[in-house]
Amino acid sequence: MTFVNWLKRHLVVLAGLFTLAYLLLPNVVVTVFSFNNPKGRFNYTWQEFSTEAWKDPCGVSGLCTSLSLSLQIALWATLGATLLGTMIAFALVRYRFRARGAVNSLIFLPMAMPEVVMAASLLTLFLNMGAQLGFWTILIAHIMFCLSFVVVAVKARVMSMDPRLEQAAQDLYAGPVQTFLRVTLPIAAPGIAAGALLAFALSFDDFIITNFNAGSTVTFPMFVWGSAQRGTPVQVNVIGTAMFVIAVLLVVASLLIGNRRSRQKA
Amino acid sequence: MTTVTEAPPLAPAPETKPPRQARKRGRWTPYWLLLPGLLWLVVFFALPVIYQASTSVQTGSLEEGYKVTWHFATYWDALSEYWPQFVRSVLYAASATVLCLLLGYPLAYLIAFRAGRWRNLIMILVIAPFFTSFLIRTLAWKTILADGGPVVDALNTLHVLDVTAWLGWTAGDRVLATPLAVVCGLTYNFLPFMILPLYTSLERIDPRLHEAANDLYAKPSTTFRRVTFPLSMPGVVSGTLLTFIPASGDYINSDLLGSTDTRMVGNVIQSQFLRILDYPTAAALSFILMAAILVIVTLYIRKSGTEDLV
Repeated sequence: MTFVNWLKRHLVVLAGLFTLAYLLLPNVVVTVFSFNNPKGRFNYTWQEFSTEAWKDPCGVSGLCTSLSLSLQIALWATLGATLLGTMIAFALVRYRFRARGAVNSLIFLPMAMPEVVMAASLLTLFLNMGAQLGFWTILIAHIMFCLSFVVVAVKARVMSMDPRLEQAAQDLYAGPVQTFLRVTLPIAAPGIAAGALLAFALSFDDFIITNFNAGSTVTFPMFVWGSAQRGTPVQVNVIGTAMFVIAVLLVVASLLIGNRRSRQKA
Repeated sequence: MTTVTEAPPLAPAPETKPPRQARKRGRWTPYWLLLPGLLWLVVFFALPVIYQASTSVQTGSLEEGYKVTWHFATYWDALSEYWPQFVRSVLYAASATVLCLLLGYPLAYLIAFRAGRWRNLIMILVIAPFFTSFLIRTLAWKTILADGGPVVDALNTLHVLDVTAWLGWTAGDRVLATPLAVVCGLTYNFLPFMILPLYTSLERIDPRLHEAANDLYAKPSTTFRRVTFPLSMPGVVSGTLLTFIPASGDYINSDLLGSTDTRMVGNVIQSQFLRILDYPTAAALSFILMAAILVIVTLYIRKSGTEDLV
C-alpha cells in the first residue's frame, strides 16, 4: 500500500525521467560506439574497445572538410539571418507601417511549412534561374529559413523592453546613434544572442534543405547521410560525441556565468 | 524589476517636433529596416512557392524543356499514384505527435514543478542532444533497435512484438524496417519541439492556483484536469504543431529506419526531385502537401482557439 502511494505520488517524476532517458539513449549509444572497432563497414554492432578513431578524428577522407564547410556556412548564415532578422524585429515592435499582417504571415509561413516543401520550391527556382548549386545556394537557403526564428527570438526581447529607458537616454542628451549603441543594443543583446544561437544550430544541423540545394557540395550532415548508405566510419561518432560534450560544457559555463552575474547584481 | 513595471504610467513624453526633413526620414525607417529581410523572404521563399505552383501545371521533358500547359491532370495522377504515401505521412506524423505529447508532458511538468534545483540540469539535458547532428542520433536507433539486440529481445520475451505484429506495426521478430521504428524515430526527433513550448506555458502557471484548487478539496487528478491542463493549452497547441508539421514532411526517419513499405510523401518528393527528375509531379506532390498542412493547421488553430502561436 505504501509502495502504491509512493508510486502514485511520484508517477509523473518517473514518467518524466523515462522520457529523459528516451531522449538521451541515442547520445549514450553514439558515445559508446565511438570507442568501437567495427569489423565491417557499418558501426551498428559492438565488437571491441578501441580508441583508434579518437586519435585520428579526421582519418576518413572528406569528413573534416565537410565539417569545416558546415561551420563556415553556419557562421555566415547566422550572421546574415541575425542581421536581417533583428532589423525586421525592431521594425515590427517599434514602428507602425502598412501591410503589417502580410509581413507577419510572410515571417510565420516558413516556420509553418514542412522543410521538404521549401527545399523543393527553392530548388525549382534555382533550376529555373540556371544557378550553379553549391556553397552560395546553400547559404541563401539557410539564411532564408533561419530568418524567421531570429525574428521571433529578438521580437520577444524587444517587446519586453521598457521604452522609457531610451527616452531617458535621450533626455540626457544622447544622440540617436549613441542611444541605440549604449542603451537599446545592450538590452536587446540576450534576444539577439538567442536568435543567433538558434540560427547557428539550425543551419549547422540542417539536412533536408541542404540535400536539395547543395548540388555535389558535401556539408557535415550530407557526409553522415552518405556514410549511412555506404558504411559509417567510427569517426562520425567521435565528432558527434565531441559536439555533445562541447555543447554541454558551453551551456553549463554560460549558466554559471549568468548565476554569478545575477548574484553580483543582487 | 517589479518596481519599474508597477510604477504608475508616466505622462506621455512631450511630442518633440523634429525638423521636417528628419520626420520624413523617420517615417521611412520601418520600411528600410524591413526591406532587406523581406526581400530575402520574397525572393527565396514566396517566389519559389509560386514557381513551384507553375511547374506543377507544366508538361514537357528534361531534354525539350517544360511549358505551362495548365495540365492539372498531374495533380490527379500524383494523388492516385501516391495516396498511400500521403495517408502514411499523416498517420505516422499524427502517431508521433500523440506519442510526443504523452511522453513530453510528464517531462515538461517535471521540469516546471517538481525538479527544484535539478531544473537547469534537466533543461540542459533536453537541449544538448540538439547539438549532435540529428542524423547521427537517428542512426543510433539502428543500433538500439537492431535485430537480436537487447531491446528487441526484451520485447520478444514480453510478447509485445506479437501484439504489435498483429496490429501491423511490426513484422516478425523485427522492429527495424517497420512502421514502429519510423514512428519511434519521428517521436524521438521532434520530442524537444513538444517539450519546450509545453514547459514555457506550464512554467507561467501561478503555483498559487494549485494551492487554491487543493484548498477547495480538489483531488490532484481533478486539479490537473480542471486547472493545469487547460492553462497549458497554448503549449499543447504550439507543441503539437511544431511536431506534426515537420514530421509530416520528414523522409529521413523513413529512409534510415524504415523500408520501402514505410515510404512517406517526403521520400517520394525527394526521389522525384533528385533521382527521377520528374519535376511537375514532384512540384504537384509538394504543393498538395503544403495545401494539406495549411488546411489542417488552420482548422486545428480555429478549433483550439489560440491565435498567438509565435
